[in-house]
Amino acid sequence: MKSGPMTSMSKTASDAVTEDVLFEASGLSVSFGGIKAVRDVSFSIRSGEVFSIIGPNGAGKTTVFNLISRFYDAEAGTMAFEGADITNVPSHRIAALGIARTFQNTELFEHETVLTNMLIGHHIHRRTRLASDLLFLPRARRQELEFRQKAEDVIDLLDLQRYREQPIGSLPYGARKMVEIARALCLEPKLLLLDEPSSGLNPEETEDLSFWIEDIVADLGVTVAMVAHDMNLVATVSNRVMAMADGVELATGEPTYIQQHPDVLRAYLGH
Amino acid sequence: MRFVLKTNYGQDVNLFLHGGQRFWYGLLLAVVLLAPLVLDTFYLGEFALVFIWAIAGTGLMLLVGYTGLVSLGHAAFLAIGAYAHTYFLTQGLPFVLSVPLATMFCAVVGYIVGLPALRMTGIYFAIATLAFERISAFVIEHWEAVTGGHFGIRVPDATVLGSNVDGPVGFYYVCLGVLAVSLLATMNLLRSPTGRAFIAVRDSEVSAQSMGINLARTKCTAFALSAAFTGLAGSLFAHKIGYLAPDAFTVQTSIQLLLMVVVGGLGSLQGIVYGAIFLGLLPQAIAFARDVLPQRIAEIPGLEPGIFGLILILFLVFEPLGIHGRWVKIRTWFDEFPLYRKATYKRQRSYLRTERVR
Repeated sequence: MKSGPMTSMSKTASDAVTEDVLFEASGLSVSFGGIKAVRDVSFSIRSGEVFSIIGPNGAGKTTVFNLISRFYDAEAGTMAFEGADITNVPSHRIAALGIARTFQNTELFEHETVLTNMLIGHHIHRRTRLASDLLFLPRARRQELEFRQKAEDVIDLLDLQRYREQPIGSLPYGARKMVEIARALCLEPKLLLLDEPSSGLNPEETEDLSFWIEDIVADLGVTVAMVAHDMNLVATVSNRVMAMADGVELATGEPTYIQQHPDVLRAYLGH
Repeated sequence: MRFVLKTNYGQDVNLFLHGGQRFWYGLLLAVVLLAPLVLDTFYLGEFALVFIWAIAGTGLMLLVGYTGLVSLGHAAFLAIGAYAHTYFLTQGLPFVLSVPLATMFCAVVGYIVGLPALRMTGIYFAIATLAFERISAFVIEHWEAVTGGHFGIRVPDATVLGSNVDGPVGFYYVCLGVLAVSLLATMNLLRSPTGRAFIAVRDSEVSAQSMGINLARTKCTAFALSAAFTGLAGSLFAHKIGYLAPDAFTVQTSIQLLLMVVVGGLGSLQGIVYGAIFLGLLPQAIAFARDVLPQRIAEIPGLEPGIFGLILILFLVFEPLGIHGRWVKIRTWFDEFPLYRKATYKRQRSYLRTERVR
């Protein structure tokens, strides 16, 4: 599938897209002081698609992600994941439901190795408790071996072998971005939120990233929601795009439709 | 330089990476096990004290070095452990029951104190623990029925497996055994999900949350465990000092405990032991130095706290990673000789972090 030209790739991925709604937000609003960061935003993410959110700086894209992660409380509106309401679920429960995320400027566990970071990603799958961990009972060992094996699968997928034992502090920025995606994949999520995965990457790395996003969707069956600035990346991998400006939704639709939408052009280029 | 060929995932899970490590730690174990055959009873007592500090250090390292929470109140847990153990002994409980009970008691107290205190972060949490230390000191001074108030309370003699705990050799082995178990338990913790959750909370709370880690519960668990290890050390410390009075556990004790893990090297288990050796043996070294130094210098009042403070400042300025950090650099120098690059451990400018979400 990697052999074809880039344009045909988005088609391959879209084969898996169904009409099933995985995540739905309706009427989301949040404000900070006098600033209405997100105003009455509604959208839905379908199973198996790549859903991108674009918009100029300050449009409220990352805020939408932080609302989904439940770092912020929505002042109005509801969110549902797999049909269940998650508007008031505590933020540490979100991961266990199957939503993993990355951060705009990377939020890795700086002093630890890539491998440890990925093992922390398995936290929600743990079956041992404090006592068996303290004694390192046989089932704790079995669990560690299983986590280690699964981490290696992700390392293989994203080609991170040479970084495996390195502490995050010594990694180049591009590698950190990939490690963050790797760590999120260790959660075995149903929905993966990527917050500007291509920021700080060079064109070659960005192209690699688009292949990996395709792989993640096609091979792992993970639905991807992405905040991005790079229109090239968005156009290549996205099935649908939502454009935002000043906290409101401008338009939602296929990448080509969004690229020509008058409101979107106005938001980016002025009148 | 050693390269370890890994052929199975078990090698990433095992405690020791290669045969060399197993050999050296085995040798160390043999040396400390055989030490009572050659050492004077005075030195056995001093080493037992080092072991006790190391047990308390295990608790504080879990909290400060691995969970990233600074406590200024750990002398309280040392005291609670000591008093609880003494109380249980006077009630007729055997040593082998009393110590775990005192430890459990400290864990419970730690959890309860942690519930409200851990809503605070950073310096505010440190101040809350300091307040807790003052409160517990007040309780100890005034709850005369149990603690003997200002007069204090004598620690009864105890026996383990029919031999007296309070003899120098017996006590040495008890402390060594407890330290070994504490370190093993901590190592186990750090290679399993619970310990990694601590590390996650230390390095990035936002990220930890998005990994599904319950911040409040993880912090409380860390605090309770930390209290338990410190209380465990306290129960042994009671036998070391023989007589409990409120002035044995002060804010200064808390600060010394903190100093121990910082000087040893935050975030390393070896650092606990280095720090304990430093804390346990420095007063002896200073006392010894007094004899050989010119009288003018030796008689300076406050020499001991002065030297303590000076060493701490020197560490903070020149080696924030403590004795363990320095040792790692020395080892790397030998490993890579003659190609060692000074920049290997240059502290890197960290990249921008996400806008803090609170």
